[in-house]
Amino acid sequence: MTSPMVFSVCAAAIIGIGVYGFIAHNNLVRRILAFNLIGSGIFLLFGGLTQGLPESAADPVPQAMVITGIVVALAATSLALTLTVRLFEVTGRPFMPEEEPADDADHH
Amino acid sequence: MPTTIEGLLALPWAALTVIVPLAAALLAVPLGVRAVRLGVPIAVLGIAVAALAAAAVFTQGTTVQALGGWDAPLGIRLHVDGLSGALLVMTAVVAGAVMLASRSLFRSASGGETRAGFAFWPLLLFVWAGMNAVFVSADLFNLYVALELLTLAAVALVALEGRPETLAAAMRYLTFALLGSLAYLLGVVLLYVGYGTLDMQLLRALAQPDQLTVAAAALMTAGLMAKTALFPLHAWLPPAHAGAPAPASALLSALVVKASFYIIIRLWFDVLPTAATEELTLLMGVLGGIAIVYGSVLALRQNRLKLIVAYSTVAQLGYLFLMFPLAGGVGAVQPWAAAAWSGGIFHALAHAPAKAAMFLAAGVMAQAVGHDRLEGLRGIAHALPLCVFTFALSSVSIMGLPPSGGFTAKYLLLTAALAGGAWWAAGVILLGGLLAAAYLFRVLNLTLVETDGRQPLTPVARAPQVVALLLAIVSILLGLLSDLPFEFLQLGRPAVAAEGLA
Repeated sequence: MTSPMVFSVCAAAIIGIGVYGFIAHNNLVRRILAFNLIGSGIFLLFGGLTQGLPESAADPVPQAMVITGIVVALAATSLALTLTVRLFEVTGRPFMPEEEPADDADHH
Repeated sequence: MPTTIEGLLALPWAALTVIVPLAAALLAVPLGVRAVRLGVPIAVLGIAVAALAAAAVFTQGTTVQALGGWDAPLGIRLHVDGLSGALLVMTAVVAGAVMLASRSLFRSASGGETRAGFAFWPLLLFVWAGMNAVFVSADLFNLYVALELLTLAAVALVALEGRPETLAAAMRYLTFALLGSLAYLLGVVLLYVGYGTLDMQLLRALAQPDQLTVAAAALMTAGLMAKTALFPLHAWLPPAHAGAPAPASALLSALVVKASFYIIIRLWFDVLPTAATEELTLLMGVLGGIAIVYGSVLALRQNRLKLIVAYSTVAQLGYLFLMFPLAGGVGAVQPWAAAAWSGGIFHALAHAPAKAAMFLAAGVMAQAVGHDRLEGLRGIAHALPLCVFTFALSSVSIMGLPPSGGFTAKYLLLTAALAGGAWWAAGVILLGGLLAAAYLFRVLNLTLVETDGRQPLTPVARAPQVVALLLAIVSILLGLLSDLPFEFLQLGRPAVAAEGLA
């Protein structure tokens, strides 16, 4: 398998796991983790598919964009976590108010 | 220093439309509650900069600016044409007005610093900067970053009051927005893999309607639809827009949802017109049509004023998507395409001041009564005539009655629908107008009934009422003086066919 192929298959798997996690869990912290997983998968796909032939240098534009994307994802994650913490403080549960904690059987 | 008008217009206004609100936002953070003093100067400066950016387009045509002297594909270009210029001015007028209307709000009784009062000003200015950055970006990745700046500030505005239900509304908004941006980003990645550039003009020259391109465009559009709250991805909008403080609601409903809509327009009309198949554009139009009917019916069933106005936004956003089947893809060569395109954009422009005025007036009424449940509005016109008049005036534009901006937009869309034989679209436009009249007259009737012995109202400031009235007047003037904005919109259009209007 060529190296872009390996990267894309891994990226597809990571994005798939992330989307599953986003849909299947309603604990907000897990949803935020799932969001980051999808984001990482997309960045991997970006880097993997745009790398040059083995002898040539890598394309710098995707690298710059991935770094920018990571910063954006970090900002979004911190806002999401802040909202989750506030929601937990006022409602006592890390869930959306109308959703029942159905899937998270493991009590912490 | 420039000495002539040409020299003045040659200044980098596109960059300044982003720099001014961004710098003001950063300045507002250390100023805290004293940021309220920025209100008048920044509102005036921001409107002036947007007007000059538009004037530069008016005199010189589309302006393109390579930041730092680096041209595409390596550098980032800023690009202002008629469409961006009109939206820049619309944003400046609404954001500036909201700044003027908010100066008396968030003032705590003791004069001390409140959290909402501290956070409101930087967030408002970040929203303004994010909107402008979207409108001047000429690069799909730059658009992603600008859209994220906008979204994060908008979500924080929703959570400003910190009540459990507004926190939940903000969290739901953020969930939709984050999934939307991931879908958009994945589409951007696929386009870069396919073409090696994300500059919109270069992509337009290169793009082929192959599978990769269509998949990328579909992902980006789906993501942007979630951020625009198009049916069936609208569920986050009503609680978020109704839960925010009134000036923030005005910004969110009038402006923020239009940014992602603008990117959809750019994508399908400017970057990938060849990929817009009949099925795709029809799907977007049908979703818009369902949004009009569904949003209006739900607006009729609400018992809180701000929720009615928020569901009205869901419905009004539907009109924007009717232009895709009428003007996009294969329809672009038809004689009615120009009317449909202009009608859609005109609706985006006209809806902004009307909806901002409506939310500001609703906010003042809710502040006076102490809540925004409909029964509290009974006979309020006797106490707050200015507010009710503003609400009625902006309702004229939302219903699409002449001579308002909303009428011009809906009339253009309707003529295009009839000329194109899209009877379903024409029916939906008319039905949407009737339903809007029903849910808005329901509110207006209640405010005008005669009552005796109503409870005393909390005294309210005059400034927000006057500003809201001015915005409502702007929404009417857009209909009376629609020639200039109409001509302006056509500047820099790749394929203009204004003659098709006749």
